[in-house]
Amino acid sequence: MLELVNFYLIPGLVLGAIYALAAVGVSLIYGVMRFANFAHGDLMTFGAYAALFFVAGFGISPWAALPLAILATIPVALAADRAFFQPLRRSAPAVLLISSFGVALMIRAVVYLAYGPSPESYTRGFTPPVFLGEIRFQLRHLYILAGALLVAFAVHLLLAHTRAGRAMRAMADDPDLARVTGVPVAGVIRLTWAVAAALAAIAGVFLAIDTELTPMLGFNVLLAAFAGAILGGIGRPWGAALGGLILGLAEELSSYPWLGEGPLLEPTYKAGVAFAVLVLVLIFRPQGLFRGVG
Amino acid sequence: MSLLQARGVVGGYGEADILNGVDLTVAPGQVVVIIGANGAGKSTAMKAIAGLVRVRLGSITFDGADITNRPAEEMVGRGLAYVPQERNVFASLTVEENLRMGAYVRPSATALGLERAYATFPDLVGKRRAAAGSLSGGQRQMVAVGRALMLAPKLVMLDEPTAGLSPKFCNLIFHRVRAIAAQGIAVLMVEQNARPALAIADRGVVLAMGRNRFEDAGTAVAANPEIGRMFLGG
Repeated sequence: MLELVNFYLIPGLVLGAIYALAAVGVSLIYGVMRFANFAHGDLMTFGAYAALFFVAGFGISPWAALPLAILATIPVALAADRAFFQPLRRSAPAVLLISSFGVALMIRAVVYLAYGPSPESYTRGFTPPVFLGEIRFQLRHLYILAGALLVAFAVHLLLAHTRAGRAMRAMADDPDLARVTGVPVAGVIRLTWAVAAALAAIAGVFLAIDTELTPMLGFNVLLAAFAGAILGGIGRPWGAALGGLILGLAEELSSYPWLGEGPLLEPTYKAGVAFAVLVLVLIFRPQGLFRGVG
Repeated sequence: MSLLQARGVVGGYGEADILNGVDLTVAPGQVVVIIGANGAGKSTAMKAIAGLVRVRLGSITFDGADITNRPAEEMVGRGLAYVPQERNVFASLTVEENLRMGAYVRPSATALGLERAYATFPDLVGKRRAAAGSLSGGQRQMVAVGRALMLAPKLVMLDEPTAGLSPKFCNLIFHRVRAIAAQGIAVLMVEQNARPALAIADRGVVLAMGRNRFEDAGTAVAANPEIGRMFLGG
């Protein structure tokens, strides 16, 4: 039982929290702009490396570098929107999707140029775990969970209780009707990019704190982010957060020895869990847990 | 002095023109009903005024300003509200959030607007926290019209407000339309339910193939034998 909590449940929650933040970003962009943004993973990577720049350059902790990483990532998303997505605003979703793939490759190329392909890390050495009775965990895991909860709450406040958030949800429901009610569409789109980029940077830095930095950091979890967003009902941020959390837990818990001695699923196949969940959702509940937008 | 004036409007979606020269005039506080066969361009004419369809030729002026091809999002601030036929509420937002969206461009007017909307449609009070997507067609129509009235516009355009509603709701909506006009808010309405709509209209306009076919006082349009045969089912 303790083994389940210490080695599967806690890591699952941490991974799920990171997936949740990534999935909310993907879902927001999809809801407001109606396309699957393949550059979201690389925005995460960019955010993580932006934090590394400040960690290595000024000797601050990655937590202190987080706000700076957010501020560095938002202009990247806004510039990509201005240069590539805005001229294609009325194009088919597939065109935007492919364009976002191009943007993803450009961002990744910048990361490769600046830092090369070798893994990097914010800290050197081994941090001993903290014990709470029999339960042991890394302090950073606690911070990541608390941070993700705080961010999720902030996004909830924005969407549910502010005028700008209502406008974003109105756009997700029906862009033309939103326009008719006087919502400044261009401004709401820019705000959505800013929020999504901030979420990407936070998820990227958290993931890099939990693991290590590689130029593929964000892209490697993009499938999980999409699966989480679709599981929750695409375009529904609250659903995406839940979907991401479920997915992270499913991935970690899948390798617990539920039956017999060995792991239920070899940890090497973990990445396949997101894919399996995605396929099952699309077959049995394509609208997601909460009905997604059209 | 007319509030809305459309002159020789030609336009449509993409390459094809659906409107081939539409003229519309609405005076302050007037109820004007547009009737015509399917595909005559009734809804498209409204969308052109609302800024959702591109106008290729002709001009539209509202309250003394040229609004031809102006962005849809600035119309509500000018006092021109529009209720589309389908998808006329934000389904995932609550009733109250939908109404609040009606005052998006002037948040300070929200409290007064909500008060007015609930007074106009008391049925909505008990549903204020329900998602608009969970409501019946008639209730959605109330939310949509209530949203359009939030800022006390000069003109509200209703695209088939009674489509798919029971006769009871149809009468309620037509009754409310008269009440809206009595407050000095002009109403431009597209209706399939032509006879009862013309009965409450000051003016009736018949469109055919994207052009004005006939125009007269509402009751006179309904009484015209030729129009009756062609557009009102005998």
